[in-house]
Amino acid sequence: MSGSAQPAAVRLPRPAFRPRLGSALLSRGIVVTWLSVMVLIPLAAVVFRSFEDGLGSFWDYATNPQALDALRLTVLAALAVTAINVVAGTAIAWVLVRDDFPGKKLINSMIDLPFALPTIVAGITLLALYGNDSPVGITVAYTVAGVIMALLFVTLPFVVRAVQPTLIELDRDMEEAAASLGASRFTIFRRIVLPNLRPAILAGAALAFARAIGEFGSLILLSGNIPGKTEVASVFIFGQIESGNTTGAAAVSVVLLAISLAILIALGAVARRGEAI
Amino acid sequence: MEASAFPISGEEQALEKRPKDKRPRGPLDGGSKWARWALRYSVLFYLAALLIIPVIMIFIRTFEDGFIESFEAVTSEAGLHALKLTIITVLIAVPINTVFGVLTAIVLVRQKFRGKAFLNALIDIPFAISPVVIGLALILLYGPRDGFVGEWFFENGIQIIFSTPGIVLACIFVSLPFVVREVVPVLREIGDEQEQAATTLGAGPWQTFWRVTLPSIRWGVTYGVVLSTARVLGEFGAVSVVSGRISGQTETLPLFVRKQFEVFNQGGGYAAAMVLAALALLTLLLMNLINKKEERV
Repeated sequence: MSGSAQPAAVRLPRPAFRPRLGSALLSRGIVVTWLSVMVLIPLAAVVFRSFEDGLGSFWDYATNPQALDALRLTVLAALAVTAINVVAGTAIAWVLVRDDFPGKKLINSMIDLPFALPTIVAGITLLALYGNDSPVGITVAYTVAGVIMALLFVTLPFVVRAVQPTLIELDRDMEEAAASLGASRFTIFRRIVLPNLRPAILAGAALAFARAIGEFGSLILLSGNIPGKTEVASVFIFGQIESGNTTGAAAVSVVLLAISLAILIALGAVARRGEAI
Repeated sequence: MEASAFPISGEEQALEKRPKDKRPRGPLDGGSKWARWALRYSVLFYLAALLIIPVIMIFIRTFEDGFIESFEAVTSEAGLHALKLTIITVLIAVPINTVFGVLTAIVLVRQKFRGKAFLNALIDIPFAISPVVIGLALILLYGPRDGFVGEWFFENGIQIIFSTPGIVLACIFVSLPFVVREVVPVLREIGDEQEQAATTLGAGPWQTFWRVTLPSIRWGVTYGVVLSTARVLGEFGAVSVVSGRISGQTETLPLFVRKQFEVFNQGGGYAAAMVLAALALLTLLLMNLINKKEERV
């Protein structure tokens, strides 16, 4: 009986496959159309508009002194914030995984707050504590320090949440083996723990950088938006749109996009090289 | 498999003897008490100074100027309209993103086709670009004066920019990746054996989706919906650009907060910000509850 049933069993899924192919093509078509209309075409419109008046005019808009100042501040602040996040984020993840103290669970759930909090509220929370009538006597409003602080606030969860799961999974046998071979605690951290965390740290850093470079809402009230001093690129672009210069706004947007993509690709390459070793 | 029947080795015995409430400790966990305390309290100080105390300050500032006076701004006509518009936007944008997000996730995980990697990268773009640029993109496409297709819509009496459709479009754009990114890993993990079994038993694609796929991805979808809702509720940059910020017409709650600070009604601004902060804390609570449920399932 089993001999005669076998060919039938092979043929059975066939009729079910045909209608599925039709629905697969339909669903794929819907998804491609959806993403094209929602993301691809609007972005193409920005790139198209930035080059509309020719390459020379694109260059003029992108290298206008105020635009350059804004772009420089944005990139430097984003790099500084990413560097601080790499250290502070790893330290926070370490304490949350390896240390134990009352209230740890509450602190752990608070880490996601910057993701849940509207950006304008993030700016106001910092303004409430570090504004001009600061109750602790520290004022960062309308300074570069304020820009850095707002960016640190909104990017806080990225590195922590990337490193935490890796740290939980990390096998402690390696650390014990290193310790039994006489390695100091610092050596164990540098040679055993850190290389294992590197891909996660870099992934978190990339996300934090991308977020920092485009941040707008938390800066609008806190930074004061002083051109050449505390005005970041997205605030500059916003000003250009408000004054009707959409072509100039598009040109600086394209530069900002290019910087963001370049850093993301570079960090991706570093992360892959780390994995290959 | 027989190990449990035999006397356990010395090392395992030592593990058994450890007090149950203490997790196994590696060489980096013991040692200098001071180093551990120093690290713990620097981390706690950093979080307190950057995150926890500032958020508490919003609540203090709201009550400082007199709770009733501060809340008058929120319950004013413009304030209530902003609240209403924000809720309407959430009710339109989040369901649309949920339906298309689940569909996109299924296509990305279950199908193989050329250009899939490109599609996959496209989904993350809203996370990688400034919300102001997103707003600009929508203006350049749908703007009534200089948009590529906006003129056609305008001549046919449909206003997108400086109106509710533009606000909704901006919110869909910024929150597009959340549902996809939460559902994709779940779909990958559950595999497609059960779906294939259902199809073999004669279930159509619809039936398979409702009876097999959706029940197993429901917590992923819910988590994505919570994250999208939080993002849409608080979206500021993209909405600032496309809405025109007309008080009582195209002003959402985050825009209303900024307006209050600009007209030096700080008490009102703090009160409206507190409403948004309270909604964010609620979101956080939901996120934690869903995470716990997911772990149990």
